[in-house]
This record gives sequence, structure tokens and C-alpha cells, in this order.
Amino acid sequence: MMEIFYWPFLDLVIWGFITVYLMKFQGQIPGAVTFFLGALILWDVLFRAQQGVTISFLEELWARNLMNLFASPLKPSEFLAATMVMSAFKVAAVSVVMVVCAGLFYSYNIFVIGLWLIPFVLNLVMTGWIIGVLTTALIMRFGQEAEVLAWSMVFLFQPISCVFYPIEVLPGWLQAIAWMNPATHVFEGMRAVLNATVSPVAHLAWATALNVVCLSLVVALFHWMFEFCRERGLLVRIGE
Amino acid sequence: MPTPRPVLQVQHLIKQFGDFTAVNDISFDLRPGEILGLLGPNGAGKTTTIQMLLGVVKPTSGSIQMFGRDLETDREAILRQVNFSSTYVSLPQALTVEENLWVMARLYGLPQIQLRIDAIVKQLEMEEFRHKVTRKLSSGQSARLGLAKAFLTEPKILFLDEPTASLDPDIAQKIRSFLKEERRVSGLSVLYSSHNMHEMEEMTDRIIFLQRGKIVAEGTAQEIVARFGQADLEEVFVKLAREE
Ligand SMILES: Nc1ncnc2c1ncn2[C@@H]1O[C@H](COP(=O)(O)OP(=O)(O)OP(=O)(O)O)[C@@H](O)[C@H]1O
Ligand SMILES: [Mg+2]
Repeated sequence: MMEIFYWPFLDLVIWGFITVYLMKFQGQIPGAVTFFLGALILWDVLFRAQQGVTISFLEELWARNLMNLFASPLKPSEFLAATMVMSAFKVAAVSVVMVVCAGLFYSYNIFVIGLWLIPFVLNLVMTGWIIGVLTTALIMRFGQEAEVLAWSMVFLFQPISCVFYPIEVLPGWLQAIAWMNPATHVFEGMRAVLNATVSPVAHLAWATALNVVCLSLVVALFHWMFEFCRERGLLVRIGE
Repeated sequence: MPTPRPVLQVQHLIKQFGDFTAVNDISFDLRPGEILGLLGPNGAGKTTTIQMLLGVVKPTSGSIQMFGRDLETDREAILRQVNFSSTYVSLPQALTVEENLWVMARLYGLPQIQLRIDAIVKQLEMEEFRHKVTRKLSSGQSARLGLAKAFLTEPKILFLDEPTASLDPDIAQKIRSFLKEERRVSGLSVLYSSHNMHEMEEMTDRIIFLQRGKIVAEGTAQEIVARFGQADLEEVFVKLAREE
């Protein structure tokens, strides 16, 4: 039932803001193609990073292998670290394919952004991990009904990540929320690089700081959920 | 001869799920080299007990000590020295038998993995399917893989939850003698749950009979049979299980 409204609602929000953006800045969007393609590729980095973490967990769950893992000397934190490593590999693989395809099909070179790309992409991966750990914790707690979060949760963050439009497009109250999202700082920072007007350093610093704080918070949440599930006997039940 | 120090000590263990009590104040020991049977009707709390001993379910109260250490505080150190096999758990289906054993060996930080895998594959007669994908195993073969995974890490304590449930009599027999042999040469201790009474009589040194979360009888199979004045363990089981 939720799903019927979820996707149309998010589509409406995203495309609504993109439309507002296009109308406001008609004709003067800097390198429009560059802009949207780049944004799409970078959004995918975040998305794949999140999937890398959550899907690794889901695969163990579906394989009924969780008890083998959690009754072994492996610590929950080590398990999370392993899913993040997996995620990094997947992101690297997908990024190469996307960049090559964008180059071949649209002669688009994402490296126009320059060396700034590297720290910003690393931050996006981290944001992906944050959402990944968050969804994993929720799936562990709520079981099968929550599995759909693995694919849908991240899109809840998309409108407030300002991927395809600058933050000024959002209404004031939503801007306040968006600024708390590390991904917003990444995308705003990239736009600063492309426009070459203001320095992206502040955005990079904010993104990194927020990422570190949020990642610590969700890892703590994961541990808390893990204990909760141990108490309720849920670790050995999910997937059954 | 003084009784050796137990490798596992359970004291006043209680597990409540909401207001339902699955395990109700049980205490017992497991001695080195001992095979202890965990017997009881469906829902008696056997699996829950084993899951608490493996640290995946948290006790409501009571203490669990292994090798003189507390499970809550020394979790990793203890879990490195124990292993388990259960019909409710399986290994990743996309990997081959041998790959799965590799992953598990790495998880437990085993040295000389290949040697160890070769040995266990031979001992459990798994040569013909060692390179098969786990998805394609028969249920008996995957049960054997589960056992191989448990024996692989050379545990000091083994928790087996209905390990022979899906094995054919021939293989089940082989597993039993393998278990006894391991116990003889390496002093392995085993906590063993099964619904097969003959197996229980054959295998165990001592039995704990659980019912509705409580220990209602304890002793060797003969002792229990004698105490309840029945012909064999199966009769005792039926008698106890039908009591309200
Ligand atoms: N996570 C849980 N939440 C709520 N109740 C649970 C949970 N796990 C087990 N129980 C209940 O605890 C009781 C004991 O279950 P357990 O699986 O330990 O029994 P068992 O002795 O292993 O039975 P069986 O012979 O059928 O395997 C059952 O009534 C079961 O419904
Ligand atoms: Mg059981």
C-alpha cells in the first residue's frame, strides 16, 4: 500500500524541483548536459555504496547464513566493515562502467570537475554507507516487511540531496533539513567547482564532518538494534 | 578421581520472550569429553538454550560460562573455541562446498586451511561433492556440510541441534562414530539435541530432559529409564511429554 504512493510522490517531488530550477534559470544553466549526466553518475555512486552494504546483509539473510556469522568470533562491527569494503568494490566497478559509457555515448568526461572529484566522491560513498547501515539495522529489526527499504530508502534522501538542482530551489524549511545531509554539501560543492565562483572547501569540510558524525551515529544504532534483536531472539528468526 | 572442571557451566538460565518463558531457570554443566543429550518435546526450549549458549540470543537472566570465562564479556574468545550445526541454518548457496568451508575457516582464523579442509572432507566422506555448488546438494549432503563446518574449526565444545535429522541411517551411523572418535582423541565436549531416542541412548553419557523450559529429569539414559520405571527412553519420553 505504502509503495503505491511512495514512488509517484518522490517522482513528483524530484521532477517538481527540477522543473522549478529549469524555469528559474532558463537557458543559463552552466553546461546543462554536463551537469545532469555528472549528477546522475554521482548519485549512482551514493546509491551503489548504499546497496553494497544493505545487499551484502540481505544475501546473508536469504542464505540463512546470519547465524553462522553471528555465532562465530566475528564482531558486528567487523561485519559492517566487511560490507563497506564490498560496497567500495562494487562502487569502483560500477563507476568505471558508467564513466566509460558516458564517455562513449555522449563524449562526456566527468573529470572536467578535476581533482576535486576524488574527495567529493569519497564523501558520497560514505553517505551511501550511512544510509546502507541505517537500512540494514531496520531490516534486521523489522524483518521481511522492511526488505523493500533496501531499494527505496535511499530515494527518500534524494530530494534533500540537491542532486539535480541547487539548494535555493527548495523552500526554506526544506533547505534547513537539506543542509544537515552530507550529500547536499557534496553536490553544492561540485556546483561550486563547476561555476568556479566560490571555493568548495567549506562544502567539503561540512560534508566530511557530517559524514563522520552520521556514520558514528548509525553504527551505534546498528549495535543497539543488534542487542535488541539478540534480546528478542530476532537474529535467528529473520529469513525463516 | 576428582571430576575435571566443566568446560561449560550454566547457572539459573532464564529466557523470556515477552511474558512467555521459553527457558525457565535451568542449571547444568558440561564436562570435558562428555556428550550431553538435550531431550524434550517440541517447544521445550532446546533450540533457545543452544542459541543462548552461542550468544545469538540474550538470556533474560542467569550466567553462562565456558572455559571459566563469561560469555557476555568474553564472547569472541569463547566463540573461537566452539562451533555448532543446526538444521535451521545453511551456508551461502552460490558457493561450492569447499569455498564455504574456506570462508568459515577464515572467519575463525584457522591456520593451514587447505590441510584442514582436506582432512574433514575425507573424514565425512564428502569427496564426491566437495566441488559442487551448495545449492545443488541433497538435504543429507547439506547436513553433512553443516557438520563439516562445525568440525572444521576443531572446537572444544560442539552444539548440535538435531544433526542427524535428515541423514540416511548409514551416514548417520558414520557421523555418530566419527563424533565418538573425535571425543576420544581430542576430548571434544558435545551438547546434543535429537528426537531420536535410540541415538540418544547410544551416544550420550548423560541426558537432560527439558519440558516447558524446565529440567524435569537428569542422568544417564539407564538411570532415567530406571527412575521412571519404563522399558526404554522412548517410553519415558512419551510418559513425560504427556504429563500436564
Ligand atoms: N524469538 C522468539 N520469540 C518468541 N518466542 C520464541 C522465540 N524463539 C522461541 N520461542 C518460543 O520458545 C519456545 C521454545 O522454542 P524452542 O525452539 O527452543 O523449542 P525446541 O525445544 O527447540 O523445540 P523443537 O523440538 O520443536 O525444535 C517455543 O514455544 C517457541 O515458540
Ligand atoms: Mg529446536
